[in-house]
Amino acid sequence: MRDIAYLELVCPAGTPAALRTAIDAGADTVYCGFRDCTNARNYPGLNFDAKELREGVAYAHARGRWVIVAINTFPRAGDIGPWHRAIDTAAECGADAVILADIGLLDYAMRKHPNLRRHLSVQAAASNPLSIDFYRETFGISRVVLPRVLEVDEVATLISRMKVEAEVFAFGSVGTMVEGRCTLSSYITGRSPSSDGVCAPAEFVHYREDGAFMESCLGDVVTNRYAKNENAAYPTPCKCRLVTNDNASYLFEEPVGLNAVSILPQLKAAGVTALKIEGRQRSRAYVGQVVTAFRAVLDALARGETMPQAAADLHAIAEGGRETLSALKKGWK
Amino acid sequence: MSKLTLGPLFFQWKPEQRRDMYFRIADEAPIDSVYLGEVVCSKREPLYYDYLPEIIDRLNAAGKQVVLSTLALITSDRELNAIAERCGEAMIVEANDVASISLLKGRPHITGPFINVFNEATLDFLVRQGAVRINLPVELSGKAIATLARHNPVETEILVFGRQPLSVSMRCYHSRAYGVHKDSCQFVCETDPDGLAASQLTGAPLLRVNGTQTMSHGYAVLLRELAALQAAGVTHFRLSPQVADMVQVAEIYRSVLDGDLDAESGEALLRNLTGETPYVNGYVRGREGMAWADA
Repeated sequence: MRDIAYLELVCPAGTPAALRTAIDAGADTVYCGFRDCTNARNYPGLNFDAKELREGVAYAHARGRWVIVAINTFPRAGDIGPWHRAIDTAAECGADAVILADIGLLDYAMRKHPNLRRHLSVQAAASNPLSIDFYRETFGISRVVLPRVLEVDEVATLISRMKVEAEVFAFGSVGTMVEGRCTLSSYITGRSPSSDGVCAPAEFVHYREDGAFMESCLGDVVTNRYAKNENAAYPTPCKCRLVTNDNASYLFEEPVGLNAVSILPQLKAAGVTALKIEGRQRSRAYVGQVVTAFRAVLDALARGETMPQAAADLHAIAEGGRETLSALKKGWK
Repeated sequence: MSKLTLGPLFFQWKPEQRRDMYFRIADEAPIDSVYLGEVVCSKREPLYYDYLPEIIDRLNAAGKQVVLSTLALITSDRELNAIAERCGEAMIVEANDVASISLLKGRPHITGPFINVFNEATLDFLVRQGAVRINLPVELSGKAIATLARHNPVETEILVFGRQPLSVSMRCYHSRAYGVHKDSCQFVCETDPDGLAASQLTGAPLLRVNGTQTMSHGYAVLLRELAALQAAGVTHFRLSPQVADMVQVAEIYRSVLDGDLDAESGEALLRNLTGETPYVNGYVRGREGMAWADA
């Protein structure tokens, strides 16, 4: 059994170096993916091959921590091989769990590797006790990563009715659409999180000057307009500025980052098992900062202390300096 | 023979307008299956629930198969109760969430386009659970549709006309755009029976907001792809109800499916019914969804 203080801290690793940094900074679990379309952060220069995963698992296990592997895109018709190989490789490398979204893959993993823990990815969008029970009974999942659309009291109610562990997003980027059920990115670029493991891929992003303004574009779509001295946010489709009834606004969500550090006691009381930090696409330095701060906060809370100073560090790191409790807070809908 | 279906009405229309559309479909449209029931927002169906029995009777009397659809996103007890009641009906049900699939397991049912069926393994699993018709997600390319339709031992359905549903949220953007809270929304979505236009800052239209659902601004029009899809084994072709004369839309699609009208001519006729709304077919062509290729 691992020694978990307060809540399990599940941290992102886009590279082997980031994995070691996260472990050293106090991650209980690190999640990563393979260098292909089988995971939802399929960006250039990121991710692991089998050898790197094996080494990462050894590094983590030597320190009593876990490595889990996200294989959370939906396999292409007629080409399921890469996804099956990813699950087989994760098992062979000694990963502690796989994070899956696709029904066919859950079925495969359960039959082929019954002893490998299966976590249900947020991409499966299991948002009610009936769905979660279905995945548990049918595919023997041990944990569900809850959709980022639930409020804290909804999280508590859901957990009280389910028989598997709950992992919730605590920090990082957050969309407002139900994960695994959003195709805005492929509508504009042809590439999507579900099929390709990418949202608003960088090769479609460009900026252009228009008089006193700068426009951010995704493919042929103008997603926002900024004054030249203003910081431009990444043109994610659900954070673009749109016009409805002659009124320009962030119709879906402002370009802010999720930071749930202020409500960790409420998440603990709700029965949450694990906190997930988003950001496999982030730098090793970012991962180090965020994990260090979360470690300090969780250790302090475990000792019964009030919110420590380290929480302030997280406010400073939040995306673009702007943060939100997003759906976790009341009134968001 | 290829079947034509009318998918669930995604928009919030006035109850009488909704009823009258279905009455016309029953009386006049060459449509084989009609999907009824609320998919987008659980607060809406009580407004028109009382009209459903007479709509169902009229459709049945006209010899059409009636399918009851379930919500695409289920979180509250009220929503769980609603799908439990729906899945308990004797009529065939379209499941749009895994929760509904779990309730329908072992009984013949239809899986809707909000169930992620991207590959043969998932499709096979759903068929083993009792699916007799599989709707494929709108994002799939023509190649993927063909692969899955050829593999599928049961019926395959795809959307061939209407705004494409692109995302589901807990948050109601209609409420947000009109400055009201979702819990006391006063059904502002009824203001926009064709969805709320959301344009780029340049003024170019991009999306349509429909409550918690976000849709394509353009209509998917797959008339030119029908023959290839039929050849690949797609059995059911879905028209999604829009503010357009759906009886005439159905007649055009029926004629093209039957080979009585060529696709280009059908498209020209369709343009007369759909006003300024652009057409899209990017997904089926393996491109960005908002693209339109007329070659």
